[in-house]
Amino acid sequence: MNVSSRVSAETHDTMTAQRLRSKHLLSVSDLSPSEIGLIFDTADAMREIGTRRIKKVPALRGKTIVNLFFEPSTRTRMSFEIAEKRLSADTLNVSGDTLSIVKGETLVDTAKNLEAMAPDIIVFRHAASGASHLLADICAARVINAGDGLHEHPTQALLDAFTIREHKSTFKGLKVTIVGDLLHSRVLRSNIFLLRSLGADVWVCAPATLMLSGVEKFGVHATTSIEEAIEDADVVMPLRMQLERMRGHFVPSLREYFEMFGITARRLRRAKSDVIVMHPGPMNRGVEIASDVADGPASVILEQVSNGVAVRMAVLYLLAGIELAGEEF
Amino acid sequence: MRLNDVVFKGGHVVDPAQGLDGVSDIRVTDGKIAAVGKDLPVDDDVRVANARDFVFCPGFIDMHVHLREPGQEHKETIATGVAAAVAGGFVAVACMPNTDPINDHAGVTEEIIRKSLAAKLARVYPIGAVTTNSKGERLTEIRELRAAGCVAISDDGHPVRDALMMRRALEYVTMFDMPVINHCEDPSLKGDGVVHEGFRATALGLRGIPGVAESVMVERDVSLSELTGGAVHVAHMSASESLRAVRVGKERGAKVTCEVTPHHFVLTDEDLKYDANFKMNPPLRAVKDRDAILAGLADGSIDAIATDHAPHHVDEKSIEFDRAPFGIVGLETAVSLALDRLVHRHVVSLSRFVELMSLNPAKILRVPGGTLTPGSAADMTVLAPEENVEIRAENFRSKARNTPFNGWKLRGAVAATFVDGHAVFTNDKIPRARKLVERP
Repeated sequence: MNVSSRVSAETHDTMTAQRLRSKHLLSVSDLSPSEIGLIFDTADAMREIGTRRIKKVPALRGKTIVNLFFEPSTRTRMSFEIAEKRLSADTLNVSGDTLSIVKGETLVDTAKNLEAMAPDIIVFRHAASGASHLLADICAARVINAGDGLHEHPTQALLDAFTIREHKSTFKGLKVTIVGDLLHSRVLRSNIFLLRSLGADVWVCAPATLMLSGVEKFGVHATTSIEEAIEDADVVMPLRMQLERMRGHFVPSLREYFEMFGITARRLRRAKSDVIVMHPGPMNRGVEIASDVADGPASVILEQVSNGVAVRMAVLYLLAGIELAGEEF
Repeated sequence: MRLNDVVFKGGHVVDPAQGLDGVSDIRVTDGKIAAVGKDLPVDDDVRVANARDFVFCPGFIDMHVHLREPGQEHKETIATGVAAAVAGGFVAVACMPNTDPINDHAGVTEEIIRKSLAAKLARVYPIGAVTTNSKGERLTEIRELRAAGCVAISDDGHPVRDALMMRRALEYVTMFDMPVINHCEDPSLKGDGVVHEGFRATALGLRGIPGVAESVMVERDVSLSELTGGAVHVAHMSASESLRAVRVGKERGAKVTCEVTPHHFVLTDEDLKYDANFKMNPPLRAVKDRDAILAGLADGSIDAIATDHAPHHVDEKSIEFDRAPFGIVGLETAVSLALDRLVHRHVVSLSRFVELMSLNPAKILRVPGGTLTPGSAADMTVLAPEENVEIRAENFRSKARNTPFNGWKLRGAVAATFVDGHAVFTNDKIPRARKLVERP
């Protein structure tokens, strides 16, 4: 397959890079706007593969990819696995319950043992912020951060922006409103970095107890008023209330949260008429989002899921491509 | 080497207790300071050491270290800890009780003292626990600890969280003239935090600890000190709000003192990265806190510099930031950091620096030292303030390497350390330092 011939010369908002500079994808902040453009254009090409009768190309044949998930995940792991299989990589899933960590092995030793088996790419999910940086320091393999603690989840942000790009003509000046549990969201940081880098006007909204210290220094508007946040919004993205992380006293009840911050059809009328509603999933219906919105015409939530596969194929392809540069396909 | 009789000639002597800050000679006889003055007479049987360009100070006292023995000898031992101390210019250290077992019993105190005497390097002043097993439930036998050699009590690592327990401890120690040293931190406000709460924590996705977690307990302890008349010393103070509380307490005449660490006056949360050698408790604070500490060091509201030397094995620190233990080593970097960042940058004078490193720690702990007054033990820290140094963790005498300062280039070094007139350390990178101790 020759992806570059499919990539249109014309890009969305920016000049397109020819390759990714970084060996790993640990943080969205490592990507320049032109690299983001390259990922999007590549994902456009990759998406077509998913519509074929035989949804498989040999691009990563002979490459070994380990999906190393130290934290439970269903959709991210499935999405990566489908992406890897469509590119013909050999994949191996290692998840929480099969890990030596329960036997007392440290992350460094687990990584060194993996390294000794020479995988080409490690897709890594871990509960500790910065764990993917630790892994990348040790491993010769390319590392894709599939979520590290409360820090980042770069491919989620990429697929979110890729989905926005389908529906909006430009990112410049787009009002994107992110509502909910900011404190425990790794998707938030990645989305802020990415959307700010592309020129969007990002608003974040949360109860004061779930607001992030100093968040306005990211160049976003922060408010506890859902009405203000949603007014004239082009994109509304409620975040999941991460009930399993709520070890404190953040909201008195989910009922009160929904009353104050839930995305309902009535609230959505304040937004632009062509607003789209996104959700990184999994959703708590009736907590951060009403069912009639989740299933309504403004919702692009399932498109996000389909786009996730294409975007992850693009990232895998481009990261592997550094060492494949110059080779023929 | 035994120095029966030696005159250090022409050095710069800084001894704030005597109001000395200038060129002076020091005569040491049988391990004691015999005389300090200009142009001391030199007779034939006295060794004369050329002290020109060196700064002679009363020996530095680090009032907050963790020597890890008994129980955690893989991190540090008393022998390696005191070796690190003298290499860092400290003639004495006060060691915190969070060993295994906790130093909550005279038997543990005696064992620490026995091992430190065997090492024959720095003096070691044990700090006993406030409560049994530092659990916060029952006072230790403080009189016994005092009799065995403890100079203060603290549950360091854990705050004394119960206000009534703190009140009783402060009342009780008034009978023994010793301070209660508190690791001030409200446990509920700390929560699962690992770094200072602020933008850097947000950007890195690490849970935050606000400065107020510290200051609310400092405010409580200042009030309890006023109520009881007991002396409270705030360990490793890091937040500007805490400094404000200490200042208010001092103005009202409360018996409150405080120390700060070199890492809190050198680094801020902006230096944070995913490296557990930047993880300590209290965490690296905001620029405003660092600036407040610099102001407090300059104006005298901060009493002492202490390292909170907290050695950990490399395996313990080479893990995820969230899961790594808090703490960094400090004994072998403190003097160079302070000379470079405080003295050379004119934040404090040399004389004030000696107060912070020697005179005030001696006063707070009620231990000898802190001055070169004739008759006192010849415990001296000799500085080469213009010497350029590069911090190399692999050369530490400490067992541990957990420092964020590895590779830093600084101006100002320890040339030699004397305890009872013995050179317990000479810096072999400074050829003239050796001449201070060698017989011709």
